Amino acid sequence: MALAPTHSFNGVCYAIVTNLILAHGKCLSSLTTYMKFTSSLALCLSITTSLAFVTTGRAQQISGAGATFPAPLYQRWGVEFNKVQPGIQVNYQSVGSGAGVKNFIQGVVVFGASDAAMSDEEIAKVAAGAVMIPATAGEIVFAYNLPGVSGIKLTREVMAGIYLGEVKKWNDPAIVKANPDLKLPNMPIQVAYRSDGSGTTYVFTQHLSEISDKFDDEVGTDKSVTFPVGVGGKGNEGVTALIKQSPGTVGYVEYGYAKDNGLSMASLQNKSGNFIAPDIASARSTLSNVQLPENLRVWPVDPEGANDYPIASFTWLLLYKKYSDPAKLKALKEFVTWSLTDGQSFSESLGYVPLPEAVVEKAKAALATVQ
Amino acid sequence: MSAPEKDIISPAGYRPAPDLFKILCQTASLLTVLMLGWIIYEIIESAWPAIQKFGFDFMTTSAWVPNRERFGVLPFIIGTLASSFLAILFAFPLGVAIAIFLSENFLSPSIRQTMRFVVEMLAAIPSVVYGLWGIFVIIPIVKAFGDWAVGTFGDFPLFSGPAYGNSLLTASVVLAIMILPTITAISRNSLASVPKTLREGAYALGATRWEAIFSVILPTAAPGIVAATILGLGRAMGETMAVAMLIGNSSRLSWSVLSPSGTLAGLLANQFGEAQGLQVNSLMYAALILIGITLVVNLLGEAVLRYTQKQTAGIR
Repeated sequence: MALAPTHSFNGVCYAIVTNLILAHGKCLSSLTTYMKFTSSLALCLSITTSLAFVTTGRAQQISGAGATFPAPLYQRWGVEFNKVQPGIQVNYQSVGSGAGVKNFIQGVVVFGASDAAMSDEEIAKVAAGAVMIPATAGEIVFAYNLPGVSGIKLTREVMAGIYLGEVKKWNDPAIVKANPDLKLPNMPIQVAYRSDGSGTTYVFTQHLSEISDKFDDEVGTDKSVTFPVGVGGKGNEGVTALIKQSPGTVGYVEYGYAKDNGLSMASLQNKSGNFIAPDIASARSTLSNVQLPENLRVWPVDPEGANDYPIASFTWLLLYKKYSDPAKLKALKEFVTWSLTDGQSFSESLGYVPLPEAVVEKAKAALATVQ
Repeated sequence: MSAPEKDIISPAGYRPAPDLFKILCQTASLLTVLMLGWIIYEIIESAWPAIQKFGFDFMTTSAWVPNRERFGVLPFIIGTLASSFLAILFAFPLGVAIAIFLSENFLSPSIRQTMRFVVEMLAAIPSVVYGLWGIFVIIPIVKAFGDWAVGTFGDFPLFSGPAYGNSLLTASVVLAIMILPTITAISRNSLASVPKTLREGAYALGATRWEAIFSVILPTAAPGIVAATILGLGRAMGETMAVAMLIGNSSRLSWSVLSPSGTLAGLLANQFGEAQGLQVNSLMYAALILIGITLVVNLLGEAVLRYTQKQTAGIR
């Protein structure tokens, strides 16, 4: 009995310190005030929370790794969830979807995360079985830099044409036709793409391959492809920098990046022929119309709804079907359940699309099968 | 009288302890060699499927299409060589000029010391900072230069348009700044160690300062300057982060220095995280080629170094 409280006290201190570093790291003015602050807080809080720790033992650690795109949200979830449930600490490392799947197959993480879910061959390699749970969603925008021109509309042919190097100028007749009200400059289109392998490129090329046979033939779908034109930037931030720096540049980035950096975003033509501006509502409409299959792995490759934004995608958490440690399982289930419900409220401010109700229900049902 | 070794055993029967220091040094050096061998073995092993599938064609084709499983690194080999040699082209005259300026008595020693410190500080800046600085400072400058160059010498293949900000030229300029401290520091050391008698001899024969520098001091210091250049070239070839951020990472071949290009190191940095299957093997093959190129450059450098040492042996 004498040992248990000291043990948990350390746990509490650690949890509080890490929380504070995450939450208040930016606004702390000096180390000394910080130390005073934390030590007094730690003392107060340890008395109230150590009771909880006596029953649950030390903080349960849940480690996950994978996709970089949802990392800011998952890390925020880790921090917020720790406030609700101080006994559970979630560590998420953004190592990339490919590496996330590899780690998950090797069994070195409690959960994985991937923008491209897992292929059937990959699932077959997991002895304990895998469950894919959509956790949040994103949309990919055509961001551009054309001084004085906002609200440009791009048809399906133009979208593919730009990335095939066929539409070369901003005043190309095909663009002018769709934008009769805009004064488009006689300026070459500079194309920017992601040079690193990424789920963003995967979802983007998947859509273009669907709407253009020529694009499918010449470029195809993958996490990294070779476009016949353009210049590559590393990461969303690299592409964003390319767009911001040279007028005339167009590139594909995640909605959150484009919004944070104040980039102009094009309205894209969807399957029913309407031009849809990228925002949370239009992407949500796309995702609500998706029919989820049994394994929850689906892409709205070319959504059919009249108001659906054409390029949106889920991103998945990868869980094992069976966990040997019941305490870990319980903690993980608590975290994922919280993420699917309360956690969704953090999505929008970070530029992610909150999951539609129907998807949350199906995801919860899938979570229930995890043992 | 040479005593046989067994006589060292004292009458009490002690044997001398083994020389621990020697064993420690031997083990450490052996481990270093083994480590290099192990790394190369691992790389070859993971590259093997790609080596079997593509063979030498890997180095002569210019397709990097992961989704079609077609891999060839010719553009990246050319990009690696072009960016490093271009960087040397910028950094060599500048570095040697700085080295001369810092080793001669143009300025008071305290100012020289400060300047030397500042130049060497350049080596301490992290690569990613150079990358960011390149994005925000060098890219706009190179883009403006590029637009002008395309307008003026557009017919010349090296400056054919359109001009991009992220280009071979941008990467080379930043690489040149990154390798400048290496070239300057080593060249300065070798210039400073030119024997005083040689300088004085030159002046005594009536040489002007420039004659002394160009016909006596520089030739004497040549081996050191060559070594500095090789080290700089090695650093430029292996540099990853800053180049990946600036070069535009394109696998298309182009004559123009204003077009995006790519390097082997940049390719690895960009694609390793999300690579699968044969792409991983091909990236490892690319790594092997990079090691090979660096080795060849170092061997060539060594040969040049020996040659200049032989040539200058008479004066030293």
